[in-house]
Amino acid sequence: MTTARTLDSKQQAIVDAAQVAVQSRGYWATVAGRIRDDKVTIVCGLVVLLIVFSAVFADLIALADPYKASMLKRLAEIGAPGYPLGADEMGRDMMTRLLYGGRLSLFMGISPIVIALAIGGTLGLVAGFLGGRVNMLIMRLMDVFYAFPSVLLAVAISGALGAGIGNAIVSLTLVFIPPITRVTESVTTQVRSLDYVEAARASGAGSLTIIRVHVLSNVLGPVFIYATSLISVSIILASGLSFLGLGTEPPEPEWGLMLNTLRQSIYVNPWVAALPGVMIFFTSLSFNLLSDGLRGAMDVRL
Amino acid sequence: MLEYIIRRVLYVIPIGLGVTVLVFALVHMSPGDPLSAVVPPDAPEEMVQDLRKAYGFDKPLPIQYVTWLGRVVTGDLGVSVARGREVVDELRIAVPNTFILAAGGTLLGFTLGAIFGGIAGYFQGRWIDKLATAIAITGVSVPHYWLGLVLVIIFSVEMNVLPSIGMGPGGSTAWAWDAEHMRHLVLPVVTLAVIPMGLITRTVRATVAEILNQEFVQALHAKGLFQRQVLMHVVRNAAPTTLAVMGLQLGYLLGGSILVETVFQWPGTGSLLNSAIFERDLPLLQGTILVLAMFFVLLNLLVDILQSAIDPRMSRQ
Repeated sequence: MTTARTLDSKQQAIVDAAQVAVQSRGYWATVAGRIRDDKVTIVCGLVVLLIVFSAVFADLIALADPYKASMLKRLAEIGAPGYPLGADEMGRDMMTRLLYGGRLSLFMGISPIVIALAIGGTLGLVAGFLGGRVNMLIMRLMDVFYAFPSVLLAVAISGALGAGIGNAIVSLTLVFIPPITRVTESVTTQVRSLDYVEAARASGAGSLTIIRVHVLSNVLGPVFIYATSLISVSIILASGLSFLGLGTEPPEPEWGLMLNTLRQSIYVNPWVAALPGVMIFFTSLSFNLLSDGLRGAMDVRL
Repeated sequence: MLEYIIRRVLYVIPIGLGVTVLVFALVHMSPGDPLSAVVPPDAPEEMVQDLRKAYGFDKPLPIQYVTWLGRVVTGDLGVSVARGREVVDELRIAVPNTFILAAGGTLLGFTLGAIFGGIAGYFQGRWIDKLATAIAITGVSVPHYWLGLVLVIIFSVEMNVLPSIGMGPGGSTAWAWDAEHMRHLVLPVVTLAVIPMGLITRTVRATVAEILNQEFVQALHAKGLFQRQVLMHVVRNAAPTTLAVMGLQLGYLLGGSILVETVFQWPGTGSLLNSAIFERDLPLLQGTILVLAMFFVLLNLLVDILQSAIDPRMSRQ
């Protein structure tokens, strides 16, 4: 008897796959083999690496200073001499700013998932392992957060806290804790009821030992893959907050904020104004395809 | 089933209360004095104290919460600080506008998603399936606020065939079923439809593929039913899941249209939220979030009940 909303199809697939994981021995070897055969996933993995790499080493790759403005070069066309991707409304080199912009956009998109994974993972593990009242308390609390559409929750929290990178990360973390908790709880509940956990308990192992040795090793993999599937949404939302003027503040280069400030210039040089969105799109698409590939490889029933 | 519906309806009460606590807490989380938006910085201390008392900000938080809840239950969401009008009146204008956008987006997304997903699931593994899957993953990966901007660039800036901002001629804020308003609706609705299109394509594809692999479909074929009749069975079985996803998407679009409304300057709840945030208009912020969240809670309820009506297995979990 459950009145709470059940898992969505993506979450269910993770939970089902986790069951297979604990039952077979050479499971991870099979998964690795499948990924090796899946060209799309490997290419997407490489694209993700390339995007991360170019953001981290932006100061080595970029040709110009991301903050240096020039009155004469304002909104230069794509392909203007010295400005391969044009210039923004202050005459700053677009290519440089797009490279540097990846730093903040990726940081603001990925760090909420990492923090939410730590908090939500712990909550879900505790709820799933202890069951009963504790489970009830934690999961009902999560249901309250589920009562908000994710964009609304993110905008509401960062709107109340005010603009700033830190506040945007806090709000996105709160958005992603409930789904991660839910998945972790489902997987943990499933693993906990398996025979070998019962056997460990019968042979006198304490709760902590059981969690550390038997439960955690089986829960971490699926939950981790579920979390990677959230990165794409997180990046879109993080840039969306900056686009609204809530995340990053000028003159910091960040894709969402660049899209926002260049919006005024769409009648002057429309295609330069659209460039930051192309970066958000490609990043989010590669993360999505990568996590789909990982999830598909994990689901041996297919 | 009746028992399930009653239990599900009663469950709305604790969730609804939780939502009010969260929305109340949100506003008190915000930095700075809640009075700062109304009181000029050089106001005399006495006046500030009087106002604080008048607004009830001098009382302990739990008492403030109960007082606020009591007013909310009777439909009083307070007065907008920046606009000097009742929050309820502002919402009465904005909510229908957002609803038109969200309903249009959901309908378009659902129609396209059901077609793409159905075809993809039916022709599983063929090129047409791969194409539909690619469209779906593009749909869920695209930052929709950017897509809106690109559509404006193509259809308003370059081709000059569709309006780029607003809901109707002359900054209209009331919807009318005429050609001008419809023209304004096209770009925002297409933009909003992309995410539900992607999600519904995925769901329908997975559901149809799963149903086609079940034994009862073979049995139907064996019985000698025509392809068309078998398809009816598939649709009937795929309906509950699809319906659930669609209902939730409508809720997500209602609450999540803020980005698209900002791009198109659509006079809905998103624009209201946007100005409430930047004018630090806390009553307006609180009221808008609360109403949108409550819509989402009720929509969830409706989806669950409809789903259990179509598929009795749901209520027996």
